[in-house]
Amino acid sequence: MRAYLIRRLWQGAVAVLGALVIVFVAQRLAGDPVALLLPMDASEEDFAAMREALGLDRPLPVQFLVFLRDAFTGDFGESYQWQAPAMALLLERLPATLELALAGLAFALLLAVPLGVMSAVYRGRWVDRLAKMLALLGQAMPGFWVGLLLILFLAVRLQWLPAFGREGPLHLVLPAVALGWYPVAAMTRTLRSSMLDILDSDYIRTGRVMGLPERTVIWRYALRNAAVPLATMIGVYFANMLGGAFVIEVVFAWPGVGRAVVDAVFARDFPVVQAGVLLSAVIFVVVNLLVDLSYGLIDPRIRHG
Amino acid sequence: MAERRMPVVSCVVLGLVLLCAVAGPWFAPHEASEIALAESMTPPFWRSGGSLDYPLGTDMLGRDILSRIIAGARVSVTVAVYAIALSGGIGAALGISAGYFGGIVDAVISRLIDIQMSIPAIPLAMLFAAVLPPGEGMVITIIVLTYWTWYARIVRGEVLSLRERDFITVARVAGVSSPMILIRHLTPNVLNTLLVLATLQFGSVIVFEAGLSFLGLGIQPPQVSWGGMLADGRNFIEVAWWLITMPGIAIMASCLASNLLGDWLRDTFDPKRRLT
Repeated sequence: MRAYLIRRLWQGAVAVLGALVIVFVAQRLAGDPVALLLPMDASEEDFAAMREALGLDRPLPVQFLVFLRDAFTGDFGESYQWQAPAMALLLERLPATLELALAGLAFALLLAVPLGVMSAVYRGRWVDRLAKMLALLGQAMPGFWVGLLLILFLAVRLQWLPAFGREGPLHLVLPAVALGWYPVAAMTRTLRSSMLDILDSDYIRTGRVMGLPERTVIWRYALRNAAVPLATMIGVYFANMLGGAFVIEVVFAWPGVGRAVVDAVFARDFPVVQAGVLLSAVIFVVVNLLVDLSYGLIDPRIRHG
Repeated sequence: MAERRMPVVSCVVLGLVLLCAVAGPWFAPHEASEIALAESMTPPFWRSGGSLDYPLGTDMLGRDILSRIIAGARVSVTVAVYAIALSGGIGAALGISAGYFGGIVDAVISRLIDIQMSIPAIPLAMLFAAVLPPGEGMVITIIVLTYWTWYARIVRGEVLSLRERDFITVARVAGVSSPMILIRHLTPNVLNTLLVLATLQFGSVIVFEAGLSFLGLGIQPPQVSWGGMLADGRNFIEVAWWLITMPGIAIMASCLASNLLGDWLRDTFDPKRRLT
């Protein structure tokens, strides 16, 4: 277990370092930040002074080390737009993104768990076919388009739910459905196939022979084991939702991290973009790491030696 | 599961998309950017006020939606073809090398894959969108950077098992050079896999491009893209429902068709999977 832990931590660290390298390289590709910061009529001396102040006159490896040191203290510079530390700006918006991701995950599970179980139990029947159709559509309909359709039907036409902003629990419904839409397909299929395997196994047969009610057999005994592969996916999709709700946040004017980063891209606000990319990468790595380590807790059969 | 028929509908849909991409300008009813303010916001022909001149209606500038969808197919397909060829080519080359040579080559390539896969695609896209000039080239670059790992990982796995097979051992013993083994003996054996991945990737490239263009970070006007059309239509969602439904249907249909065809190809090439 400890060797495994060390290896996974090491892999995570390498991944974060890789992300840092990519961000650093991209920053250099972006061109001279000095030109953006100084007025048009700045003199050569102004440029040189600014470069020195920003440390841009030093050799690249030194610049990289400085960048690393700042990154580890969460210092990505000041936002050009807001004149505030870039990372702090994003962390302020993290609760909104977290809330949306949790709601999206909850929606996905509310739909995927019953559908997955029912389509395994009633294999080949209409529930199964419905689940299969939903899975196909789920993968082909981009979440942001689902979002637009939800706004069209439920907000504009029927006026049941609000479409924009974050003012109360009702505002959370439509974006959560749009965000949770995509993983439903994969989650349902995974749960269905692991349920099918388990419903065939001896201990389920024993349970039935012993006269346990079918409901108990399926929902208490079969689902508990069938949910292990699903748990893996939950982590991956949750990480993706946390770090990738950009388009959905824009569609619903949700004041989260993703929308701030998109705004920053348009404003050429590079510190915020950098901080956003690294924040996403770190969240992604950490969540995946936690998921991997939690296998052993969920299923004692998978303890890493 | 009994459905092993060839997905005819998918082939027809994909054929239509390709036809629009290649020959769209010849049969589109209007120029994609032809402005007719007098006709603006015409609904589709089956609604009152609609006309067959504009079968799927017009947008706020009176541009024909059907013609714009046809024009958008060209952009989607162009991006998809380049992106698939490049990510497939790079990914396959790295995957084959990693699988065949093993050792340090494999270690380096595998770490690269790990790093790339631990950075979520959309934030990475944001980073490059902030750095590169927007347009087709940028979209293709971002997609290639995101998707090469797909190919590399799967091809590497296949080559690892192929490498131990007798015909490769025999070739090596017979003194065939490494490049020759890679090109003549390994590549043909992963072509099926590549074809399946490429077909499946077509759909996700279209969705990815649409997302970027929707945000305004991908294809730029006056070039027409389905994602860009959705972004335009979003501002008129209360008055013109067809502006956001029609381009979305185009995206969904192309993606669905490529997924179904990809699944069918995979099952056809790999009979073992048919049983599940």
